Amino acid sequence: MGVPMTRGRWATWGGAALALALAPQVISGGFALTLMTQMAIMIIFALSYNMLLGQGGMLSFGHAVYSGLGAYFAVHALNLVAKGAIGYPVSLLPLVGGLAGALFGALFGWVSTRRAGTTFAMISLGIVELVYAMVLMLPGFFGGEGGISTNRTAGGAHLGVTLGPAIQVYYLAAAWCFASMIAMFALTQTPLGRMANAVRDNPERAEFVGYDTQHVRFLQFVLSAFFAGVSGALSCINYEIVTAENVSAVRSGGVLVAAFIGGTPFFFGPVIGAIVYVFFVGALSGFSQAWLLYLGLFFVVMVLYAPGGIASLIAMQFPVIRSGRLRELLPSYLAAAGAAAVAILGLVGVVEMIYRVSDASLSPQMTLFGLTFHARAAAPWIGFGLTLAAGLALLRGASRRVSARWRAVQAVLGGAAPGRRA
Amino acid sequence: MDFVLVQLLNGISYGLLLFMLASGLTLVFSLMGVLNFAHASFYMLGAYFAYQASVLVGFWPALVIAPLAAAGLGMLVERFGLRRAHPHGHVAELLFTFGLAYLVEEAVHLIWGRSAVNYKIPPELDGPLFSIMGTQFPVYRGFMALIAVAMLVSIWLVLTRTRIGLVITAALTHPGTVEALGHNVPRVFMLVFGGGVGLAALAGVVGGNAFVTDPGMAAALGPIIFVIVVTGGMGSLAGAFYASLIIGCLVTFSVALDWRLADLFARFGLAVTPQTPLATLWNIKLSQAAPTLPYLLMVLMLILRPRGLMGTREG
Amino acid sequence: MSAAAALELRAVRKSFGKTDIIRGVSLEIRKGERHAVIGPNGAGKSTLFNLMSGRFEPSAGEILLNGEAITGLRPFQINRRGLSRSFQITNIFHNLSVYENVRCGVLWAAGYRYSFWHRVGGLRHIAERTEEVMARIGLAGQRDVPAGLLSYADQRALEIGITIAGGADVILLDEPTAGMSRSETERAIELIRGVTEGRTLVMVEHDMGVVFGLADRISVLVYGEVLATGTQQEVQANAAVQEAYLGGLHPGGGAAGA
Repeated sequence: MGVPMTRGRWATWGGAALALALAPQVISGGFALTLMTQMAIMIIFALSYNMLLGQGGMLSFGHAVYSGLGAYFAVHALNLVAKGAIGYPVSLLPLVGGLAGALFGALFGWVSTRRAGTTFAMISLGIVELVYAMVLMLPGFFGGEGGISTNRTAGGAHLGVTLGPAIQVYYLAAAWCFASMIAMFALTQTPLGRMANAVRDNPERAEFVGYDTQHVRFLQFVLSAFFAGVSGALSCINYEIVTAENVSAVRSGGVLVAAFIGGTPFFFGPVIGAIVYVFFVGALSGFSQAWLLYLGLFFVVMVLYAPGGIASLIAMQFPVIRSGRLRELLPSYLAAAGAAAVAILGLVGVVEMIYRVSDASLSPQMTLFGLTFHARAAAPWIGFGLTLAAGLALLRGASRRVSARWRAVQAVLGGAAPGRRA
Repeated sequence: MDFVLVQLLNGISYGLLLFMLASGLTLVFSLMGVLNFAHASFYMLGAYFAYQASVLVGFWPALVIAPLAAAGLGMLVERFGLRRAHPHGHVAELLFTFGLAYLVEEAVHLIWGRSAVNYKIPPELDGPLFSIMGTQFPVYRGFMALIAVAMLVSIWLVLTRTRIGLVITAALTHPGTVEALGHNVPRVFMLVFGGGVGLAALAGVVGGNAFVTDPGMAAALGPIIFVIVVTGGMGSLAGAFYASLIIGCLVTFSVALDWRLADLFARFGLAVTPQTPLATLWNIKLSQAAPTLPYLLMVLMLILRPRGLMGTREG
Repeated sequence: MSAAAALELRAVRKSFGKTDIIRGVSLEIRKGERHAVIGPNGAGKSTLFNLMSGRFEPSAGEILLNGEAITGLRPFQINRRGLSRSFQITNIFHNLSVYENVRCGVLWAAGYRYSFWHRVGGLRHIAERTEEVMARIGLAGQRDVPAGLLSYADQRALEIGITIAGGADVILLDEPTAGMSRSETERAIELIRGVTEGRTLVMVEHDMGVVFGLADRISVLVYGEVLATGTQQEVQANAAVQEAYLGGLHPGGGAAGA
């Protein structure tokens, strides 16, 4: 299956390029621009992560090591440029980050890829904790708790581009994002990329057709670490600071969540996931202290009910749409969405109230969804509690109806795709 | 000499606490094939439940209530969560427990806030047990070790002497056969999972007041437990035991020592000055490097003996 | 006679803990012959295959491929030296399409190794070879179907396809017709005969019709030892074999042609 550049593919890639290029024109505002730059960087990071998980079958809890170390090397390079010690175009800094990432990918990957599966996952956790602790122990290179700061305009102006204004940083990130997407997609079409899939599906059989499974994993690991380093360098340019948090288990968990909710079985899945994740973290964190709880719940729900991510939910609709039968499913989908909205309403109410009540420093008088009430009064507790319960009950019924309708449509279509579980 | 002895006792008691955690994790992994990423989260829940219970009814009832509550929660988690993830494979199960760890930490933030809570050692257990040449060994450390040993002996007895233990041991290797013989294997899974996390919670009850009880305790201890399990050999209880003691002693000793590589070089006549390349590295004290040692041990083990101390070869 | 031996086992033993599965097997598979290994269940036939293909390491003894020692080599090393095996329990890449499954078998032999700079879709000879193998195994019509969704017989055919795709000289087939109906077995026999033309075939089989139709020589493995090796007549006449295998050597109607 050499992927031919069909009309559909030109449309997808062209659309992606267009979206990246025009996004700041369509959605204006400083905050939106910040989010979009973060999304572009996260897309690269999440795609690099999926080279491991979705394509290689390697679950890593420590991928931030490679983006973080790439960021550290990039920030030092940038500071050298600022001092005039070396001349290097700042726009190509992500290459420095990528090479640093790949170097450490080779170093740690050699050890990590000796084992597979759950053991590999635990090793990746051990390595990220090790690197995090060592970063704090060596303040000379890593700057200790305060990290290393820099100035992204240090390279001066090239063709009018200084990287001072946020819009220029966005376009730099977007350009690298597009280039990385193409590169990582192209890698999936190479002998290594195909055998990485084979090793994911059946590592034993891959050995019996002549491939050293560990070597395949190792190479995939190094390439993945390269792109992680690219995203790390962009992060360094964007935030102008690199700290130990860049190599933390927390950040590693973040990219895992992003890639997974987007959908690991699909190449574009992590793109969707990165966008959703940045939106969650960026936009939602301003509204509620409990945003991480909501993100966690969303993640767990996806793991249990849609392990193929948002991309899989979309992909499942394609045969339905092609045969024109989406109309039959739409009412049940809308009912389920409505039930979910009710449940979420109740949940948010309860959670926000718990936060108010448990934090003695906050006044119990609160406003939510336009309503003002007292967090210790009985009425709002009962109200939100019942809403939550009602929402969950409705959701149960609605999802059963969706399943039934789905099965009916699949029966008509010949049922190639798996039905959703209730 | 007195230093070595005291640190050894401290190290062993800490190692036993670690083994309480690692053993529950290993049992669940051996039986169900899933590594519970949220295992240390139940350790944290045990500490917080015990704190809350001890504030309301005192420490001694809390010692019983907290692990039982955590075990109950664990059974619900298995029944309604893990079981759902099971058909999707081991990665999905691991990811479910990973998400669960997030949720537990956020729930703790929600209910008890983001700073540490004052979970105290009960006065009757506070104080020195005995003195060895001037240094005191606390009663509570001895109590911790006692609880750990008692729990492990009970588990061994349950697994080898009772009917349910026999069923569990059989289901460890042949769940299908055991189910065909009429035993409710899903219920066995639920009980074992609940028991495993209950064990973690018990460790939290006795560990939470000896060390600190704050929302970060799961994230701090979790990776060490996984290192123990990997170093000891995945699925090996004996390996986990040795690895727990080794790492317990390693951490305890190194935190108390200020040795530096520069001192070692000096013994061989090599002086380390501020001009020496990587001078910072040679001047790092062992006490500073202590947090990294378990991970370094794991990496060393992976290079020299990938299957761990007592693990079986993969594949 | 070692010069003509494609595969040779010398006093090979294999134990798992205290249990001896293979108790001293010496066997010589001649170049270009079709050799069947038969025996009752539990005799160690699959273990023998696992030893020959590198999945297990012998506890004692030597294994030689084309005169070169391969004892203790890893499966991919043995495969690169020209030995390819199929599995009794279908061992395919279930998420990949039929085409991709076959291509995985073609890739290493085609020489591109771990390349991440060649676009595999543009490599014409790989595509041609893959199409050729798919046509041979009769799955050309299911090119893009995910392998996990194929019928059992089609998966068995794919299993063989992956095994022969790389053009290995020594082919080991582990119960290739297991679970097949009469007509499926006949098709399988024709397929096997065709793809092993000019190559060395070692086959584990229970269906005597298949064995007698395809095999030049037969080895009888009982309790980890080879009781007899020879042509069909020689083996049938062997007293020890008759004792161990009473009544089992006469094919009832057989699916094999001559």
